[in-house]
Amino acid sequence: MKNHVLRPLYTVIGLVVIVLIVRVFYVPKDFGVHERGYMYGWYRESNIEDWKKFGVKYKFDGDYCSGCHPLNHENIMSSPHAIIPCEDCHGPALGHPDNPAKLAVERSRQHCLRCHARLPYPTSDRANIRGVNPDKHNPDVECVMCHNPHKPSLEGLK
Amino acid sequence: MINRRDFLKNTAIGIAGITLPLAAFEIIRPEKILANMSGTSKTRWVFLVDTYKCVGCGLCVKACKNENEIPYDANVTRTWVERYVITKDGKLHADTPKGARDGFTTSRIELGQGKYEEIRDEDIIKAFFVPKLCNQCENPPCVQVCPVGATYQVPDGVVLVDRKWCIGCGYCIMGCPYGVRFFHPKYHTAEKCNFCYHRITKGLKTACVSACPFGARQIGNLKDPGDPVTKVIMTERVGILKEEYGTKPQVFYLGLDREVK
Repeated sequence: MKNHVLRPLYTVIGLVVIVLIVRVFYVPKDFGVHERGYMYGWYRESNIEDWKKFGVKYKFDGDYCSGCHPLNHENIMSSPHAIIPCEDCHGPALGHPDNPAKLAVERSRQHCLRCHARLPYPTSDRANIRGVNPDKHNPDVECVMCHNPHKPSLEGLK
Repeated sequence: MINRRDFLKNTAIGIAGITLPLAAFEIIRPEKILANMSGTSKTRWVFLVDTYKCVGCGLCVKACKNENEIPYDANVTRTWVERYVITKDGKLHADTPKGARDGFTTSRIELGQGKYEEIRDEDIIKAFFVPKLCNQCENPPCVQVCPVGATYQVPDGVVLVDRKWCIGCGYCIMGCPYGVRFFHPKYHTAEKCNFCYHRITKGLKTACVSACPFGARQIGNLKDPGDPVTKVIMTERVGILKEEYGTKPQVFYLGLDREVK
């Protein structure tokens, strides 16, 4: 065969070899086929550890909260709001009380209306929650002006 | 003198000769494929949603966005809650404003583009809420289509995305029949629910499960026969989404309605 035919062929082979060499150094050792096979298990294994290290923000541990706030905990535990985890309203408690020293408490009307805007849905538990019509029940006033979220019964009105 | 026909023929044979041994090294590994059949992991994470208990408060969505650092005001979310309202005329009305991040506080149905539809209370026959999240499918189509191995299934069943490896091509977002994937507004890589992998591997529950006051969401291990979630899945009437796709979704629903897609 003539040179002008072989030369591009050598170039192509050379390129393939270069790519293969670069690949050996560039692709991490833990990248490859794992337990679930090539179709579902072709990945970089150390990424699993990366995800495990992702920061937890919510504690969702009532006992952690009641250690310092026993009265608030006791109050809410004897109310229908006992089912609501502290951090749903008080925010993620990661690092508290060191940093942040104070949590940003959600006091907005919108937050209460998540459950207490009346929706007459016959095949959902939503219909069983005491609700108001947000447009008619003291609009423009925050719920917490009158209602105590830790003692939400009407006897607990401020 | 070589003619064009021979040149093309030889080149094709040459390329085939180069690629074949590579394929043998990289792709065909029977022992790995066989290992896959049995599955050595002692855990198979599954999810159970009780749609009767969901009241559409959206506290799960809020907790998820905070826990997983999904920009709060961006209109993307790893989990969301859908509302289904069926009226007397047989019509289905469904919406999920902002993925129900702020819950459902009005009976108006959001139609998109700033339009709303008023529904009269007396017209409602059925109405309920359905939380959605990644199904962590046993046969995840999103993983099959990834060209670079950036999304994969851990032996315990959870499908993860490697943010360093993802090139942002978006095939997986198109490939998911459940629409759970999106681009992360900050990292510009594919993003999805991963059952709060950083929490469940520490013995915690996912943020959405813990945040739900009503117990509508539960996570469990299907390989543990004593797990309360496993018991429900094995003994009660549970449904899955889009069974006909053969993806084998691992999020099970109690009280699923035929209207739910």
